[in-house]
Amino acid sequence: MRTPSEIAEITPKSAYQNRRQFMAAAAATAGVAAFAGERFLRPEQAVEAATKLTTAKSQLSLQGVEPTAYKDITSYNNFYEFGTAKSDPSENAQHFKTYPWNVKVSGLVKQPKTFSIDQLLKLRPQEERIYRFRCVEGWSMVVPWAGYSLSEFIKECDPLPSAKFVQFLTLNDPSQMPGMREANIGWPYSEGLRMDEAMHPLTLLTFGIYGETLPNQDGAPVRLIVPWKYGFKSAKSIAQVKFLDKMPHTTWNDLAANEYGFYSNVNPEVDHPRWSQKTERVIGAPIWKQRQPTLMFNGYADQVASLYKGMDLRKNY
Amino acid sequence: MSNRWIVVLKVLVHAACLLPLAYLVWLFYRSATVDPSALGPDPTSKVSLFTGFGALRLIVISLVISPVRKLLPRLGWLIRFRRMLGLYAFAWATLHVLAYLWLYVGWSWPALLDDLSRRRYIWAGLTAWGLMVPLALTSTTWSIRALGGKRWNLLHRLVYVSAIAAVVHYWWIVKAGVLSPLTVTVTLGVLLLLRPFLAWWKARRSARPATSAVA
Repeated sequence: MRTPSEIAEITPKSAYQNRRQFMAAAAATAGVAAFAGERFLRPEQAVEAATKLTTAKSQLSLQGVEPTAYKDITSYNNFYEFGTAKSDPSENAQHFKTYPWNVKVSGLVKQPKTFSIDQLLKLRPQEERIYRFRCVEGWSMVVPWAGYSLSEFIKECDPLPSAKFVQFLTLNDPSQMPGMREANIGWPYSEGLRMDEAMHPLTLLTFGIYGETLPNQDGAPVRLIVPWKYGFKSAKSIAQVKFLDKMPHTTWNDLAANEYGFYSNVNPEVDHPRWSQKTERVIGAPIWKQRQPTLMFNGYADQVASLYKGMDLRKNY
Repeated sequence: MSNRWIVVLKVLVHAACLLPLAYLVWLFYRSATVDPSALGPDPTSKVSLFTGFGALRLIVISLVISPVRKLLPRLGWLIRFRRMLGLYAFAWATLHVLAYLWLYVGWSWPALLDDLSRRRYIWAGLTAWGLMVPLALTSTTWSIRALGGKRWNLLHRLVYVSAIAAVVHYWWIVKAGVLSPLTVTVTLGVLLLLRPFLAWWKARRSARPATSAVA
């Protein structure tokens, strides 16, 4: 049970809205001078727009690692709904509307439900989880996420025992997401996990970075983080969660099944067909020492290797 | 076009091709001294993309000159820029290959052979660069004389294959569903198709005066 004081620590809805209104007003004022308007909308300014989240420290955080700079985490993004270049999401997601926001839960559950973002933010106390984030493209960051274990949310969804997989669907709104028409991808973005992967304590339902709500380009207002898998498994701006008895289709697997498997666990032994996965480029490191070895399961082997006992990880890449 | 203007334009083209390199060197210098983040969040990727796009743009621009000269004979003087653009394309492609060998292969033969044995986009890229080597070597006026105009022209048609290989390299490196190579593909397609079209057009026009004279 959560105490009322814990709930009160989370920023109330009104403050959240007011801040957004303030931002809109500020942008409008600045719009008098186009140059200033441009400045107000720069990604760095998102820091001021974000709402503080109260988080507790977590045992599951990486120890003794310096997190990647906020500037890099919020300007070097893959979020193809907002464009395919790394700088596109921070430029094109500034007006993305993340409030009000609902997450629809359906499929093999006792009762289909819809959670508002306010409900989700308050569902459990949030923790800071410092995880390494490894992209399938061969780079990595260290990010101080804020959220709680996805398992806590799943408990609230009441899935039936027949549910074996969970599917996550990103919002499908081309009017707000200008990149959707520029890529030949079947939307909405779909990702999925096996139930035991979804219930693993490391799997994080994520609302923030650096103790503040997620900037739009990082998947606001709610996203998934599965730290032992390549980054694309961690769906952003989640609008729907479905519980299924069969493996769901997943976007990158649909596009190139030989390159992106359903599991997509970080594995230095199994190369991507077009590049080696043995090493990774550390984001923010100088060019002459940017490479570091990639670790099995992204360094989380002790916690998650047992989930894949007896499986051929070359076949189930 | 007077020689004086040609000189001025040549200085500008040299600047346009060299200043991006100066900028890159400046960023290297800054990242080694005062600002470690000068090359951006992912310097390896930045240097690779910067040099690769530089080479691709220059090779496409160099292919604009011949059809434009045929369409607009008044711009015939543009021929005096073709060689330098081609050589700059080769220079940027060489920087791109060196960046790959340093940042991705780590100067390791086994790593290079491993890449070559498995990755077709590496072959496409090395083909694009490799085909430019004989063209750069025979870019001197002396070579044109030694080879004879006809044979030299035939040899330098390799630039078409090189440009196509470069675009194929681009398509093969981007992820499925990504359409960013489309613009350069269409541009190159138009430039390459213009050549046979203009040849056909010229043949038709040179055949026409005879018939009109009869009429």
